[in-house]
Amino acid sequence: MDNTSSGLPLRPRELAALKNYELDHAYDEMFSGANTLHEHYEPLLEHFAALPPEEVQRRKQAADLSFLNQGITFTVYGRDEGTERIFPYDLLPRIITAAEWATVERGLTQRITALNLFLKDIYNDGRILQDGIVPRELVYSCPQFRRQMSGLQVPRNVYIAVCGTDLIRLENGDFAVLEDNLRVPSGVSYMLTNRRVMKRIFPQLFRSYNVRPIEHYTQVLLSTLRSLAPEGRPEPNIVLLSPGVFNSAYFEHAYLARQMGIELVEGRDLVVHDNVCYMRTTSGLRRVDVIYRRVDDDFIDPLSFRADSMLGVAGLFNAYRAGNVTLSNAFGTGVADDKAIYAYVPDIIRYYLSEEPVLNNVETYLCAREKDRQHVLANLDKLVVKAVGESGGYGMLIGPHSTAKERADFAERIKANPRNYIAQPTISFSRAPCLIGDELEPRHVDLRPYVLYGDKVTIVPGGLTRVALKRGSLVVNSSQGGGSKDTWVLS
Amino acid sequence: MLSRVADSLYWMSRYLERAEHTTRLLDVNLNLMLDESATSSDHRWQRLVQALGKPRRIRWNGDPYELARTLTFDVNNKSSVLSCIIRARENSRHVREQISTEQWHRLNSLYLEVTRPELQSVMHAEALQDNSETPAAFLQQVMEAVHQFQGVTDSTMSHGEGWHFIQVGRYLERATATAILLEAYHEDLWSQPDRLPEGNEYLEWMGLLRSATAFEAYCKVYTADLTPERILEFLLLDPEFPHSLRFSIDSLQTALQAIQRNSGKSRAEELHRIAGRLSAKLGFASVDEILSGDIVSYLRSIQQECQAIHETIYHLYVDYSIQTALAG
Repeated sequence: MDNTSSGLPLRPRELAALKNYELDHAYDEMFSGANTLHEHYEPLLEHFAALPPEEVQRRKQAADLSFLNQGITFTVYGRDEGTERIFPYDLLPRIITAAEWATVERGLTQRITALNLFLKDIYNDGRILQDGIVPRELVYSCPQFRRQMSGLQVPRNVYIAVCGTDLIRLENGDFAVLEDNLRVPSGVSYMLTNRRVMKRIFPQLFRSYNVRPIEHYTQVLLSTLRSLAPEGRPEPNIVLLSPGVFNSAYFEHAYLARQMGIELVEGRDLVVHDNVCYMRTTSGLRRVDVIYRRVDDDFIDPLSFRADSMLGVAGLFNAYRAGNVTLSNAFGTGVADDKAIYAYVPDIIRYYLSEEPVLNNVETYLCAREKDRQHVLANLDKLVVKAVGESGGYGMLIGPHSTAKERADFAERIKANPRNYIAQPTISFSRAPCLIGDELEPRHVDLRPYVLYGDKVTIVPGGLTRVALKRGSLVVNSSQGGGSKDTWVLS
Repeated sequence: MLSRVADSLYWMSRYLERAEHTTRLLDVNLNLMLDESATSSDHRWQRLVQALGKPRRIRWNGDPYELARTLTFDVNNKSSVLSCIIRARENSRHVREQISTEQWHRLNSLYLEVTRPELQSVMHAEALQDNSETPAAFLQQVMEAVHQFQGVTDSTMSHGEGWHFIQVGRYLERATATAILLEAYHEDLWSQPDRLPEGNEYLEWMGLLRSATAFEAYCKVYTADLTPERILEFLLLDPEFPHSLRFSIDSLQTALQAIQRNSGKSRAEELHRIAGRLSAKLGFASVDEILSGDIVSYLRSIQQECQAIHETIYHLYVDYSIQTALAG
């Protein structure tokens, strides 16, 4: 790119908006050196620099208003006031080059394929356990392991139809997997609405970049679900099962159902009779073939799992066992995104695919292993400790930001239940420029692409880039003050 | 359409209609209070409570503003305007993906408006001295919001099965409320047909018509010449006025037929029999016959039939047994 003719200042440091942009050892998405930019960020910065601050603020307000009017909110648990909130949105897109994306795509496809084979194996023959690649006791002690799934055939052998993998960028710029979300991953509606708002706010800039589209996500999701219908149901009735209006992701459930043109159902809308699942409609009972369920395993069938569940459908698991209805994702996928099993995923990939992992894991210490536990307990102030069953940024200790009391507390918990904890080095996720006031400041970001697996694996080019909006914070979860950005994958 | 969705749309609509009705009755009676009339204040407010179907725990204790406040803002009172709006909004939230964004906005802003804590003081007597927000202005605002919601519903939502369930909720609620309203006025207007007017009943009669937004429409048909017989005829039997019983029942029947066509549900005969009979009862009646008979039991039978229609809709479309559904 010819900087002189485009009018970009050769030294980005001279821009007023960047005067407080400090670099540290974390990988920076925009700066490639102290005073040089990654080429693909140049037009963005140029465009931004040409806008007067009032105009930037005007566009920011337009974006916020657009989210508010669309009612794009999430629910924060445990608070009475203002329980419905907008997910904060940062105006500047996060840009990923075609080459970077190709690696991500290859890596994610490899990973979902291997994890799916792993699930099929542990619920059937258990070869990987016999061969001692993954410790048997680790699998069987996982609360997400569902004995009820043993020997059950699922359509196309697909356990994980929808997956949202959390990626981060290490200091050397490589993407690595932080977490696999294989149960009921959420956030895809933000990816889609972020894009819609962005196209309205920066139309010319967007056009000039040749960004790959993501709008077909809901269509691909629908055809993925359709491909998993029970045999002999050529025109399957597909529904989205939501816990209901009080769930934090209810907006997303309603949004996806509307975009796919399928019914949004709750447990009380469904009945099972003779192992067939029906929904109650005004014209009588209508058979249901595929359920895209956004309800956790535990709550889905009070007869098979938690008896106190008000969200589930009595008898649904038997209908599923009988092969009369497909549930996506399958039951018991949580065993494969257990944070302790996570440490074995590279071995799982090698075992089933005889390939080296394309995307690396983050170094992980299992507190269940004696040696690792000693190391963790001795280095609590340097490590991030996570409870294996938790998500959403809950049940976590970030060593360098913790108090002595918190550390002592976690040490006790680890000793009491080592299987329940893992630890990882404190990693600096990469940082991307965010609009803070009138200036750009770097904030830590991650990336959650959405992988769909039906008759084939499809990953729409993009994902949800989550931002830790608090300065220096590493927690990107929406429940903990995180925000999001539109993610542009270039063609 | 999912039964739960139909149920939510139906109740959303019923609750809004109820909120509007209560609001209008309060507005009319607070307004009447400003004038001297033949009827004592006690009698009038007791009649209001009766016209609202004698909500549980509501008693006339001599303070009109206290009564108005309870009927408007008391969330412990399930039929208060506030309770109705909260429930209507809650129902709409459960079917957020079924109604239009415009509908949601209108209803949600009404909800946000009426749940403002400052509003609670509007109904206290001292608010009369304060010109900023009078009870009348507030009540007016609620009525307008409900009317706007109905307009937005008609112009932004597909007139399919869901829309018809909204119509069913609205007109069934309206028919029931009108029948109860007329019953409450029976003693004052129609119990002694030979009584000559004393000259100051006019305000009361106008009040009744206003309670059904019917004053202007009445005048267009009969001129401002008010008589109890004509008032009864208009509110019961007028085929064109949207708050008359006949109009409500006819609209209800049209909506029920559309739902049956849409849902392709057989076994709707019972529902159509009851609704058709009620429609015929109003369509082929004459006011003289009604006046010569027992008006109260006539009005009560209409209320009972509305209740029967409600239950039949429920059994047919929402709360049917799985066994019958599988057999059919």
